[in-house]
Amino acid sequence: MPDPEVLIRAKDLTKRFGDFTAVDGIDFELRRGEAFGFLGPNGAGKSSTMRMIGCVSPRSGGELSILGMDPVADGPAIRARLGVVPQEDTLDVELTVRENLLIYGRYFGLPRNVISERTDQLLEFVQLTDRGADQVEPLSGGLKRRLTIARSLINEPEILLLDEPTTGLDPQARHVVWDRLFRLKQRGVTLVLTTHYMDEAEQLCDRLVVMDGGRIAAAGSPRELIEQYSTAEVLELRFDPGEHEQAAEKLADLRAQRTEVLADRILLYIPNGDIALTAVRDLGLVPLTSLVRRSTLEDVFLRLTGRQLED
Amino acid sequence: MAPQAPAARQAPPAGPVPAPSSWSFAVREFRYWTTNYRRTWRGSIYSSVLSPVLYLAAIGVGLGTLVNKHGSARLGHISYLAFLAPGLLAAAAMETGIGESTYPVLGSVKWRRTYYAAAASPLRPADVFHGHLLFTTMRLVMNCAVFLAVMAAFGAVKSAWVIAAFPVAVLTGLAFAAPIEAWAIMVTKDTSFAMIFRFGLIPLFLFSGTFFPVSQLPGWAQPIAYGTPLWHGVALCRSLSLGTATIGETLLHVGYLAALAAAGIAIGNRTYRRRLYV
Ligand SMILES: Nc1ncnc2c1ncn2[C@@H]1O[C@H](COP(=O)(O)OP(=O)(O)OP(=O)(O)O)[C@@H](O)[C@H]1O
Ligand SMILES: [Mg+2]
Repeated sequence: MPDPEVLIRAKDLTKRFGDFTAVDGIDFELRRGEAFGFLGPNGAGKSSTMRMIGCVSPRSGGELSILGMDPVADGPAIRARLGVVPQEDTLDVELTVRENLLIYGRYFGLPRNVISERTDQLLEFVQLTDRGADQVEPLSGGLKRRLTIARSLINEPEILLLDEPTTGLDPQARHVVWDRLFRLKQRGVTLVLTTHYMDEAEQLCDRLVVMDGGRIAAAGSPRELIEQYSTAEVLELRFDPGEHEQAAEKLADLRAQRTEVLADRILLYIPNGDIALTAVRDLGLVPLTSLVRRSTLEDVFLRLTGRQLED
Repeated sequence: MAPQAPAARQAPPAGPVPAPSSWSFAVREFRYWTTNYRRTWRGSIYSSVLSPVLYLAAIGVGLGTLVNKHGSARLGHISYLAFLAPGLLAAAAMETGIGESTYPVLGSVKWRRTYYAAAASPLRPADVFHGHLLFTTMRLVMNCAVFLAVMAAFGAVKSAWVIAAFPVAVLTGLAFAAPIEAWAIMVTKDTSFAMIFRFGLIPLFLFSGTFFPVSQLPGWAQPIAYGTPLWHGVALCRSLSLGTATIGETLLHVGYLAALAAAGIAIGNRTYRRRLYV
């Protein structure tokens, strides 16, 4: 008897486009009520995975079960219980905000009065109430994104799929979206989201997988990942470009757990940043700037892949 | 200030829910198109009235006066207007069918991406296709009805059988719309449509018996004209409008047009899936 609390189960899930393997045999399970993230850089295979979960992209191999059903055989029944926020908006920009919710509600076979009632609630939820009669076209990216989120909730989905919900938004607009997603999570909506923002993953996800090149590089809660793959603190140092190399060599003497020499700065992974900074000065090095901070998922990603997540 | 977040539906639906029929899914997409059409219907009605009025006045009446003076024996001793009008009815249906099945399809998949919105809902690609075809049918019904009314106002109707030309004209439009939609969903650049208009729509419009009998074409060109779907639509609309249609002829033309529409639907069921389910 499969666990009814597991909403999505993927085993060796694979997606190929011709000879190219976009998703290369990934395993994961999603449980009811959790917020689950796919963190990875461009081309990692996040959207390909989301589209397979959304039952709009047949898998090339492996197993995938969603709400106990097979996406190939039971697509309509599964999609009836999903909410989807695609990476690129698919709003009808010629229609008004309310009309967009009306047509989407109809796709789910909802009666008009139910759609209208939910539209009122959802527009209030995403703070678009006063824009209901406006055409979508001139709305800002942030407002469109909020409308897409409202639209995805019209069928009261059990699972909400969000593909890069805040990419391209300014910081303030991102925070509004995060706040709304956080509230949804509090209300028990199961969230699956992709992102290449480590702060987004840290704030919203109970559990996440780090994806790179179609594979899962690591999985766990943000805290577990940081504990497992990084140190408590990081010391960031910037030197004059001319002294960068030389400084890196000298810093080897500090025996930090790990040293990353990036193009513009050097990262020292150590348990205590302030002690390390004193030690750096004792070596006679004078950094232009120095910063002690706690480890983030960015550091986890760097450790796992040798590359930076955000450029 | 702190709006309530909508709650998740916690309990999954009890037992297996019977899947809605394909028909009801297609109607959902159809209703999307009618909602979208509400913004533009006024303008589209104007042009669907204006176009037959202009053609029938300028060519049917204006040019027709000259034709009638020189004897209309080759037309079967009827006025040029009565000859032309049912042909134009079929040609106008073709134009509507092609118009609804080109840019609107590419726009839905490439520019507005609304097909992807539908594909993320319970609808399947075939439902999205059928819904659009339903809407195309509605537009054909509207435009053909307007055309018939204009035709009657010009006194170009010779028989009550013209009522039967109405569904034939709609079918003519669908014989174009279904296969072209099936193709348009795979198109990536709108320049492909210019080819359809230049090398499809315009020559068909001019040489498929709309303006003059195909028998006037050079011998080598006649079999080609008889093979075009528009000719079948024109020929049947005309003989129905004049009250001269025979059963055999009717079955042949309807069969040809229906086969084309059915082939388009069969192909579109696959191409829509291929494009929307990558
Ligand atoms: N339809 C397609 N045909 C061919 N290749 C594709 C197709 N869709 C995606 N790919 C390729 O598969 C790889 C993974 O793409 P995917 O969109 O899943 O990545 P992603 O993690 O979502 O990236 P991004 O952050 O840019 O959205 C990419 O190299 C992409 O070019
Ligand atoms: Mg993506």
